[in-house]
Amino acid sequence: MRKLQKHTVNGIFTYALVIVAFVAVQWLIRSGNISSTLRGQLVPICAYVVMAVSLNLTVGVLGELSLGHASFMSVGAFSGVVACMSLSAAIPSDPLRLVVGMAIGAVCAGAAGFLIGIPVLRLNGDYLAIVTLAFGEIIKNLINCLTVGLDSRGLRFGFLKSADALNLGEGGKVIINGPMGISGIPKLSTFTAGFILILVTLFIVMNLVNSRAGRAIMALRDNRIAAESVGIPVTKYKLMAFVTSAALAGSAGTLYAMNFSTIVATKFNFNTSILILVYVVLGGLGNIWGSVIAAVVLTILPEMLRGFNDYRMLIYAIVLIIVMLTTNNARIKSIPAWVRSKLRKGGASNG
Amino acid sequence: MKKFLAFLLAVMMLAALVACGTKSALPDTTPKPGSNINEPDGGAAVAGAIKIGGTGPLTGGAAIYGQAARNGAQIAVDEINALGGVQFELNYQDDEHDAEKAVNAYNTLKDWGMQVSLGSVTSTPAVATSVENFEDRIFAITPSASAVAVTAGKDNVFQMCFADPNQGSASAQYIVDQKLGTKVAVIYKNDDVYSTGIYETFVTKSADLGLEIVSTTTFTEDSQQDFSVQLGDAKSKGADLIFLPMYYTPASLIFQQAKSMDYAPKYFGVDGMDGILTLEGFNIELAEGVMLLTPFNADATDARTTGFVAKYKSAYNEVPNQFAADGYDCVYAIYEAVTAAGVTSDLSASEINDLLVAQFTTFSFNGLTGDNMTWGTNGQVTKAPKGMVIENGAYLGMD
Repeated sequence: MRKLQKHTVNGIFTYALVIVAFVAVQWLIRSGNISSTLRGQLVPICAYVVMAVSLNLTVGVLGELSLGHASFMSVGAFSGVVACMSLSAAIPSDPLRLVVGMAIGAVCAGAAGFLIGIPVLRLNGDYLAIVTLAFGEIIKNLINCLTVGLDSRGLRFGFLKSADALNLGEGGKVIINGPMGISGIPKLSTFTAGFILILVTLFIVMNLVNSRAGRAIMALRDNRIAAESVGIPVTKYKLMAFVTSAALAGSAGTLYAMNFSTIVATKFNFNTSILILVYVVLGGLGNIWGSVIAAVVLTILPEMLRGFNDYRMLIYAIVLIIVMLTTNNARIKSIPAWVRSKLRKGGASNG
Repeated sequence: MKKFLAFLLAVMMLAALVACGTKSALPDTTPKPGSNINEPDGGAAVAGAIKIGGTGPLTGGAAIYGQAARNGAQIAVDEINALGGVQFELNYQDDEHDAEKAVNAYNTLKDWGMQVSLGSVTSTPAVATSVENFEDRIFAITPSASAVAVTAGKDNVFQMCFADPNQGSASAQYIVDQKLGTKVAVIYKNDDVYSTGIYETFVTKSADLGLEIVSTTTFTEDSQQDFSVQLGDAKSKGADLIFLPMYYTPASLIFQQAKSMDYAPKYFGVDGMDGILTLEGFNIELAEGVMLLTPFNADATDARTTGFVAKYKSAYNEVPNQFAADGYDCVYAIYEAVTAAGVTSDLSASEINDLLVAQFTTFSFNGLTGDNMTWGTNGQVTKAPKGMVIENGAYLGMD
């Protein structure tokens, strides 16, 4: 009974956190008190929050270390943008086109996650981490070799060919131009779209975690052999978590890409995967709202440090190290319990 | 317990943010490198100055380009301010060679009150920031972002450097005109916008001119340590000239590895090759006889170049490369346009934008990187490329 309550409280708190933040920022925008810097970061922040929450599903809930999460973002970004750019005539409404783009991005990334998941999820621990890293690099290099164009006959695909070899007809335009990525992306992403995507992500992830399937996934994390012995199908539940995580990352990728006029495959490299893993570890494995806060803070932090000029990245690294050290410090860890006991005592004497 | 802890951390980091935020609100008090050169008032913010902002990679793998462009621009700003007429204030923000960070940096500059923009130094970030320039109606001239997409469809974004296609076709033209080689091998970096862009136009132009390309090989960011396969292919197909549309770091390895396999073709590079002579730990004998097409020559003897090189050396202890010269030229081009149009610092960014666009599409500019430069309405520059050859460890003009 207490367990259930904890879940519910946790869920309400997470939704409330996101909604309050959204309302506060909207109020700032309305009153004109927001800086251009923060305003420009709103959509990337939403994308990173979705990335962090979805990776938390793989790393925190499923308990498998994935170092290739950015590659799903990449698949979602490229497929979503191609969809949005090629559907511009068919769907004139911008928000609707963005939703369709995100859905296609999610489906493509989910499919990539499924294909990768089949061989990869047979592995455990370090091996799985290394193989996801490798898949991330493979996807990056595949997209680097891909050319996609659009003309009156529809989409044209080329692999390891220059854009000229697509033989586009009259009025055709190149969408993905190999390593040059996509340029001239229409800016469809808005903060509201990002906010809704975060809510959808939270809804999917938290409901999955608190469902029968979620308990099976966590049982796999805690003790795979025990879970298997009571008849939990390992591959099915591992794939379920992994594919959900990949699909959400794909829609985040579309959101991210539709905010910048250009994207290149090299952006979604190993470093980006690690960055998202840092959000998850910092926010706490399995802690959804921790991921949300960590993603927001760590995205804003480097921009806030611009005042330090050349020492900016150094200070960012030092802040990260300090934060990681303090999270493992027993003395600091005992502070909240101490504060709570004080509060309880205070409450008792007052009441 | 765990959650409480996470919350505590978040609060701590927010506190750190606030502390940093107050600092970043006063960017003018932080000393800018090189701002004391030729400047009697010590480099503080100048009253009534026109605010020029730019983004470039000041940290990370591409930092050498961003820093060079910033330093070059800073020298120009200091010179102009010392003249006493129109005053400029320069603010360069780090974009880490990343589109997302570049937009953040651009927005930071906008908060600072940027009136004229130097765009971004490298191509991918520049494509992202130029859209913002276009939408915000802030005039931009980028020192060195050479991709076509930077200027395409934007009336107020200009380039100081050649656009990639121009470099590729100019190189092919130059090789044919000067009869430098008959069988050409090309090695290019296929995950790089700059390298691929030049390669593609080089191939198209070569086909038009009947230049034979016998070997085409590629490398990527992750495989730029070993070129034995690429060189072996070129050697076995009897290439007598290798075209290297790339930056100088991989090129230096190519020279080294070709030498160790007793292969001595001619080399032809583009502006990214500029800077190879100042590469640390590089044996400059290896670069002997390398030809490159670059708009800037640090060894030129005209008064302007020697003055610039001397100032750059004394301020930053290195020989300026083409990026520094581009940055310098950008500021001077803005200065001439500003003077001609009578722009003052109390005009808004969009008013300045309209005046400068009108100037840039009509006037011609003499700078370090070329004479009689003109700009078309597409934002691309027209100027003559200079062929250089490395002899006795120094650049020498070829014509």
